[in-house]
Amino acid sequence: MAEPKKKRITDIGPPSYENFLPPIIKKNYGKWKYHEIIKPGVLMHVSESGDKLYSVRAATPRLAATDTIRLFAQIADEFCDGFLRYTSRNNVEFLITDEKKVEPCIAKLKKEGYPVGGMGNSITNIVHTQGWVHCHSAATDASGVVKCVMDELFPYFESMKLPAKLRIAFACCLNMCGAVHCSDIALLGVHIKPPVVSHDTLPAQCEIPTTVSACPTGAVRTATVDGKPSVEIVEEQCMFCANCFTVCPSIKLNNPTDGLSVWVGGKVSNARHEPMFSKLAIPYIPNEPPRWPTVVKSVKNIVEVYAKNARKFERMGEWIERIGWPKFFELTEIPFTKYHIDDFTHAGESFRRSVYFRQSDVRE
Amino acid sequence: MAAKLRETPLIDELLKGPWPSFVKEIKKCAQNEKNERGSARSNDLLGVLERSYKETIGHWKHGGIVGVMGYGGGVIGRYNDLPEEFPNVAHFHTIRVNQPSGWFYTSDILRKLCDIWDKHGSGITNMHGSTGDIVFLGCATDDLEPTFADLTALGFDLGGSGSAVRTPSCCCGMARCEWACYDTMALTDDLTRTFQDELHRPAFPYKFKFKMSGCPNDCVASIARADMSIIGTWRDDIQIDQKAVADYASKLNLENDVISRCPTKCMSWDGKKLSIDNSNCVKCMHCINAMPKALAPGKDRGATILLGSKAPIIGGALLSSVIVPFLKIEPPYEDIKELAEAIWDLWAEHGKNRERVGEFIQRIGMGNFLEQIGLEPRPEMVINPRSNPYIFYDQDQE
Ligand code: SF4
Ligand code: SF4
Ligand code: SF4
Ligand code: SF4
Repeated sequence: MAEPKKKRITDIGPPSYENFLPPIIKKNYGKWKYHEIIKPGVLMHVSESGDKLYSVRAATPRLAATDTIRLFAQIADEFCDGFLRYTSRNNVEFLITDEKKVEPCIAKLKKEGYPVGGMGNSITNIVHTQGWVHCHSAATDASGVVKCVMDELFPYFESMKLPAKLRIAFACCLNMCGAVHCSDIALLGVHIKPPVVSHDTLPAQCEIPTTVSACPTGAVRTATVDGKPSVEIVEEQCMFCANCFTVCPSIKLNNPTDGLSVWVGGKVSNARHEPMFSKLAIPYIPNEPPRWPTVVKSVKNIVEVYAKNARKFERMGEWIERIGWPKFFELTEIPFTKYHIDDFTHAGESFRRSVYFRQSDVRE
Repeated sequence: MAAKLRETPLIDELLKGPWPSFVKEIKKCAQNEKNERGSARSNDLLGVLERSYKETIGHWKHGGIVGVMGYGGGVIGRYNDLPEEFPNVAHFHTIRVNQPSGWFYTSDILRKLCDIWDKHGSGITNMHGSTGDIVFLGCATDDLEPTFADLTALGFDLGGSGSAVRTPSCCCGMARCEWACYDTMALTDDLTRTFQDELHRPAFPYKFKFKMSGCPNDCVASIARADMSIIGTWRDDIQIDQKAVADYASKLNLENDVISRCPTKCMSWDGKKLSIDNSNCVKCMHCINAMPKALAPGKDRGATILLGSKAPIIGGALLSSVIVPFLKIEPPYEDIKELAEAIWDLWAEHGKNRERVGEFIQRIGMGNFLEQIGLEPRPEMVINPRSNPYIFYDQDQE
């Protein structure tokens, strides 16, 4: 065997961020004084020294071709001396020091199809997962639903008219890469049929004790099938979480009946109210590719009812807490079902144990 | 010449509308003449996706063990279940590339990363993955080592996967935010470097994530998404510029928009002067967010450390809970590192397979946990003391 030419490099970690900071940031690091959103999609940070940095925020579909990244690089060269950054919500920000370049940069981005916005009291990019593009447990496509929802909510991306910011997140299965469970609106892919076991391949592919212990409800049991060790699923005990499927390739859960659920009222920031989990609004909507009309309509309805009724600065969850959940279901006309009532480990914590609630309006 | 694009009438519907289209991005890759092998992969990906749209089901299979030599993570194996029809995506693995802290780049470094990915892979990326990594989507098994060699030569390394430290990430902090109460990017960079072995060689019961947010606005959702959430805060008085407050008084309704929205009602405004009873301020950030020119966090800054948040799998979703109410965050960060290591030692020894730290604490009890890692119980850690009398009194007391 030929000697390797170079020593293999490992465990170096990422390059230092200091290599990529524009001079204005190096100079004013830790010395920023205040910021303003001067128009939708444009932040101005002012430092103690009086320096001003303009950040122009554009949407990306998260999934990006290398040629698109090269396009962003070229735009950064043209307007920002080559400096840009990405946000935690898959937007790209162009870091401009010359105010005169802000408008031309926006024009260029819009022309190339990457709209500018997503700041302040807006709906910004939807954080999302891989979906049918790349994941084995996806109950729905991620990028496709996100595209359709954002096409419809687009005016809210380009403006700042909402009572507060509204954060939407998407995960295509309960693994929730990107933990969507604390979002104003969360879209979550769900499986609704129990897993199917391939008894032929299981003994060779899976560790049976691991598979059994993977199930949170004890629905996976050891079994002997045709004289060979395997597992069986107690269907009544299954809540379709995919844990067994994650640890055992011989268990199949994906099914054309998979769909989506909608959750509302979560937040992570501490402003005014402590962080909150999102709560169930709609238990199931079937997959309707390519444009998912029911999901789009449902999300738009929730956004519009919120926009109309919430007070200034009130996030979705704060608004619902003020008016009460019965009113939320009444205003959105979403049916309340048995699925909305928790029946898992800490279920009782969400039962109302007082007469402290608003009686609904008298109807017939 | 790139091959003819596959016919994809269903997903072509996603080329329409004002929001940027991921289908357009995949098609760009499928038509990239500089990258013949990669474009064939992207073209097959279009075919697989069209098929999923037709059948409303995914076509990806579990990954086996794939990776680069000496690492136990950083690559997620992915195989297609229709390899005859779509041979170019038969194996189509994900490479996680550890991002620089704060996701700042120069055009030059981005082009070099693109060159590497066009040379070896599909040309499809995620900027960025959920944990924060640069994600290269669609690498064949044989191309993993060469991609890795080119990445490390450029100064990049792989991120975490599996039961390991996952790639730490942070908000832009002091680089571009006046509210940062500590240097999130420096801490993230330092922890990532310190824990390279824990990141690349999974040895824990399950994953462990660090997320650093510079203030309680928590822009990286650290409280919901990190096993260790390090959230900036302060101990002294909110800085007030009374003149700027007066300017806001003409734009905002100070009483309705700010004073009455304070969760502890610790502010007052007499028409001329804003007063804050700082001893009752819970650092929620609302007043500062509403009047960024007039108010700022105090000067005695640091962070609160919280532990244990996670998505539902396996035992249900959790938010992180307070473990260190206040800590000054200063290099070389020995206290944070020692705390993390103490937690890992305990959890690695007693945690069950696929049990996150948050679930582990609930199983063994927070009191026990604190004792084992050597922290004192503090009232800030709970909303209220227990109301049930089922107390496990120690048996070895005098
Ligand atoms: S949320 Fe589930 S299906 Fe979606 S990418 Fe993550 S693990 Fe895969
Ligand atoms: S899907 Fe979840 S609940 Fe159902 S059998 Fe598998 S692990 Fe158990
Ligand atoms: S978390 Fe706080 S410090 Fe960090 S970017 Fe957000 S607002 Fe600024
Ligand atoms: S930060 Fe929050 S709690 Fe503190 S004074 Fe301002 S509004 Fe009140």
